[in-house]
Amino acid sequence: MTPFPFAPYIVAAVFALAVGATLGGALIAVLTSRLIRAVSGLMVCCLGLAGLYYFLNSPFLALMEILIYVGAVCVTIVFAVMLAEPDEPPRRQGARGWLWTGATVAVSAVVGVTLARLSLQGPWPTLPATLASDGSVAAIGRALLTTYSLAFEVISLLLLLAILGALVIARSGRKSASASGGTTSASSPSRPGQSPALQQTPAKKEPALEVVT
Amino acid sequence: MNPLHLHEHPAIYLVLAALLLAIGIFGFLHRRTLIGMLISGEIIFAAASLNFMAVNRFFAPDPAVGQIFVLFIMGLAAAEVAIALSIIIAVYRNYRSIASAELSELKG
Repeated sequence: MTPFPFAPYIVAAVFALAVGATLGGALIAVLTSRLIRAVSGLMVCCLGLAGLYYFLNSPFLALMEILIYVGAVCVTIVFAVMLAEPDEPPRRQGARGWLWTGATVAVSAVVGVTLARLSLQGPWPTLPATLASDGSVAAIGRALLTTYSLAFEVISLLLLLAILGALVIARSGRKSASASGGTTSASSPSRPGQSPALQQTPAKKEPALEVVT
Repeated sequence: MNPLHLHEHPAIYLVLAALLLAIGIFGFLHRRTLIGMLISGEIIFAAASLNFMAVNRFFAPDPAVGQIFVLFIMGLAAAEVAIALSIIIAVYRNYRSIASAELSELKG
């Protein structure tokens, strides 16, 4: 039985699309001067990378790449772009700027060409005849809960600590910034005769206190 | 090699991973804001993940190991992004800028 006659061409076109999206998205992410376009380029790059993972026999990781990178990481970076500056500062003009750009291109080109040559010439082993598992989602889950259970627990602890640390760091400098805006009443330290419990009430519940002080 | 079966050769994946690493290093040196450098770091992570996946697919005796490693890389990258973005927002609150050239208070 022959499948659809143009199937190899379609597969090759999808593969070329994935490779092009990965490279083009990475170039957009690096070269544009507006940060929001750079984040969009990173999204395109991760979509192309998900396609390459699909070609590498792991649709589970393709789904995870889209879910984590496009759905979580890029959206978080977009929030940071909205809270901070949207643009790059102007570049250094003149000979020193061009010299710096040329040195950057040279360093990255040397690294890339060297690694590409090494990976093409390397004495890679051949694939053994019998594989230890089939690489399916069931095999990944079994390995995660038996062989790699300690690493699995440690990385869940790391993610929890990262969330808590991000909350603490992003909240620490907030009191002085929001006191000038007058949005919360818990922030002004110069308020005599108030109990600590009253000081921590948010401004929405005590609008009179906010107006008086 | 037949260009229609290019996706069954490991060379194109390995060369693409090397190119992604080169682009990431270029962006890390070229960018002048902290968020841009963070995005370039994500591209370097992507290069490492693609290299792991290619070696896992074509040369490894157990195809589940590389996928688990790439899953851990994704988790580490997510944690790193969360921490780095909160630090960037704290820096912007103090300095009113995220340009890496202006964060030079400790420079002697």
